[in-house]
Amino acid sequence: MVDWGYTINKPRAIAYDANDHTWENALQEAVPVLRSCIGCGNCTATCTAGNFVPFNIRKLQTLVRRGEYAGLRKELDKCMLCGKCRLVCPRGINTRKMIVTLKRLLAQPVAAGIPVAPGAASTAGQR
Amino acid sequence: MENTIAIIGGGVAGMQAALTLKELGMRPVILEREERLGGKLNTWDRLFPTWTPAREVLDPLLEAVRGAGIEVRLGAAVEGVSPDGRGVTLAGGERLAAEAVVVASGFDLFDARLKEEYGYGIYDNVITSADLETMFREKRVLTADGRVPRRVAILHCVGSRDEKVKQNHCSRVCCITGVKQAMEIRELYPECEVFNFYMDMRMFGPGYEEIYRQSQEEYKVVHIRGRISEVSPTLDGRLQMKTEDTLIGRPMKMEADMLVLLVGMCPARSNRSLAVSGNLSLGDSGFFAAADAFRGNTRCGENGRIFFAGTATAPKNVGESLNEGTAAAWQAYRSVKGGASW
Amino acid sequence: MKKNNWAEYQKEIADDKYYYVRSCIRQNFFPGSEAAFLNILRNELGRDICDDPNHTSCTGIGYHSDIVPLETTMAVIARQFAMMTEAGYENMVASCITSFGLYSEVIDMWEHFPETEEKARENLYKATGREFKKPKNLAHASDVVFHHREAIAARGKHRLVNASTGAPLRGVEHIGCHYAKIFPKKGVGGSEFPYVLAGMIEAWGGEVVDYPERRHCCGFGFRNYLVMANRGSSVANSKKKFESMAPYKPDFIVANCPGCAMFLDRWQYAISEMEGVTYGENGGIPVLTYEELAGLVLGYDPWELGMQMHQVPVESLLDKMGVEYDPGAKYLGRDGKYIGRPEDTALGGCSRC
Repeated sequence: MVDWGYTINKPRAIAYDANDHTWENALQEAVPVLRSCIGCGNCTATCTAGNFVPFNIRKLQTLVRRGEYAGLRKELDKCMLCGKCRLVCPRGINTRKMIVTLKRLLAQPVAAGIPVAPGAASTAGQR
Repeated sequence: MENTIAIIGGGVAGMQAALTLKELGMRPVILEREERLGGKLNTWDRLFPTWTPAREVLDPLLEAVRGAGIEVRLGAAVEGVSPDGRGVTLAGGERLAAEAVVVASGFDLFDARLKEEYGYGIYDNVITSADLETMFREKRVLTADGRVPRRVAILHCVGSRDEKVKQNHCSRVCCITGVKQAMEIRELYPECEVFNFYMDMRMFGPGYEEIYRQSQEEYKVVHIRGRISEVSPTLDGRLQMKTEDTLIGRPMKMEADMLVLLVGMCPARSNRSLAVSGNLSLGDSGFFAAADAFRGNTRCGENGRIFFAGTATAPKNVGESLNEGTAAAWQAYRSVKGGASW
Repeated sequence: MKKNNWAEYQKEIADDKYYYVRSCIRQNFFPGSEAAFLNILRNELGRDICDDPNHTSCTGIGYHSDIVPLETTMAVIARQFAMMTEAGYENMVASCITSFGLYSEVIDMWEHFPETEEKARENLYKATGREFKKPKNLAHASDVVFHHREAIAARGKHRLVNASTGAPLRGVEHIGCHYAKIFPKKGVGGSEFPYVLAGMIEAWGGEVVDYPERRHCCGFGFRNYLVMANRGSSVANSKKKFESMAPYKPDFIVANCPGCAMFLDRWQYAISEMEGVTYGENGGIPVLTYEELAGLVLGYDPWELGMQMHQVPVESLLDKMGVEYDPGAKYLGRDGKYIGRPEDTALGGCSRC
């Protein structure tokens, strides 16, 4: 076997069409007003957790809305559910419900018909 | 001839200026390059933010111009304007004497072929917002091979805010047009996904922000912040688009059946010859530069007899253009008849 | 689906009397290509082309790897121009895309910053006593082949069609980044829809494949390859292209850049070893230089063209085109001596030789 000294980089681009949009759709059904997010970042600016650990709730939900779930559980565990983000959202998005919905989705057993999303496979169904 | 005011352009601004001048007892003459009055509005289907059919704005204006007996010369392209505003020269050399001139010569649509990376004119299902309006008017929004699109992408700022094609300005109305067109597609085909690719959403008019929000929540139009960098064909006849989702910070690729380019407003090609002949200044982008941005929006100078109305000076919506028609008419009237200069 | 709009971008390409500047690396990777180019111009088309042993590297690889400073590059390019002037030529033809880009860039910089041209003239004169005229016409060698494509087709013995079915062969054309991405107007067809190689494929009977990643870079990028730690991203770019083009079942790839042709060929082997994946129906998609393609059309022997040096075996293409070749001669050198054969790989190797 040849030792190449390097490996082929994996694509970084979000492959929207190849992604699984099940959780994205479930989230937007539970919190329809999330569609009106204008990406202002008020939620992240005020976030209790995000001010001390790398956690960006605005980006997190944007990723979910593109069908990108890698590392989702680890990220969600950083949320302290204080609710400040909901107070500052100019679009009135129930961010707490958004977080809880995502946690519920992550907790659903695979048998419930929710395909295991990339990156969530190791943790789905454990709780 | 006494009281004659030459109006260059018979779009909404020119017609409104003519109607106002007629009411003030002047003799407006509309000089329209095309073979019909109405300008770009003829090609549009429905107008933001109210979905009002363009005909409902245009027809009463045309009726009023006809009813008032306003002199209209069609197929009359103006090539030059006297610096003192005392007349214009038509293509072919004919000179028309006047006491003042209202320049309501409008804009040109950006030629989307210049943004080669989008393949307009090369890939069949890459169309412009103007093409889509034609499809709406003909009630036939289909791909080139006659299919109902399953996904449509709408790209903002094509030929706006782009120094690569010498269009540094914001064309203003494309954002709201994109939102309107996205919602119309969703109304037409509830199963069709619509994605808008934007850099900034500039919802400057009354009711605009509200329908933007409505497009998101009720119409489920997805707005992605990022300019499409490149479009290519796929094996099954769709289009592959590359962009960055800038709110995530990663490149993204996506396929669509149809791509709508929201083409911007460019200075009309005639601006240059009018500017040279009439000693008028052009702004950085090539639109006419008005006297000042506050009290002199429709004037070319302190005591001149050349006035501006509508998109000759900058991208504007229909309502703003109509208002400027009235404002320019009043100022032209004052310049001829005397009176307080405000 | 693709409509021709390339006609709006025409560049002037000299018809005769060329001064040829070679690539630093092509004679190793595609050893018959430059010789074929000279032979086609001189003996097929009766053109005058000067292959001057006194010319050097343009410094492109060093320049783009940040080890040769701009002033040095300008002085070396000034010397190239001096060589051309001394030989009595005015039309420069570069074999290498990066050279073509770098000559174009330096000429443009001299136009915008005349003091840099003065400095280069001064440096050259002090160092060598030479003076120069700038080329009247600067073209890449693929421009020149494009310019003569119909004449080559007229003299051709083969066409880019399947000899048994008559169907046009499907070609992927890959344009080096420095051909038209620096100065789109200096490339035939511009930067988004370059026509320089597509025009050859069409003139010789083939069909051009327009696939989603057609405009994507091969990933070579100098530092991206030269530094081993960066090679993973270099190869990933080529892989992205292969994955995108494979569903179109191309019969061959043709490239006009030394790096692109080399990497699109060799990376197919690397990917097959690293991930066990090959592209194309025959264990790989043959990658050709435009001179090799022209040579095959003109009926040259593939082994004379140096095509035994390819990583992806070219026999599948030769068979489709109906090119006659001696499998036993593949690994015989120019003097008839056996040069050794590589081990078989997932790409098919030389199991048929």
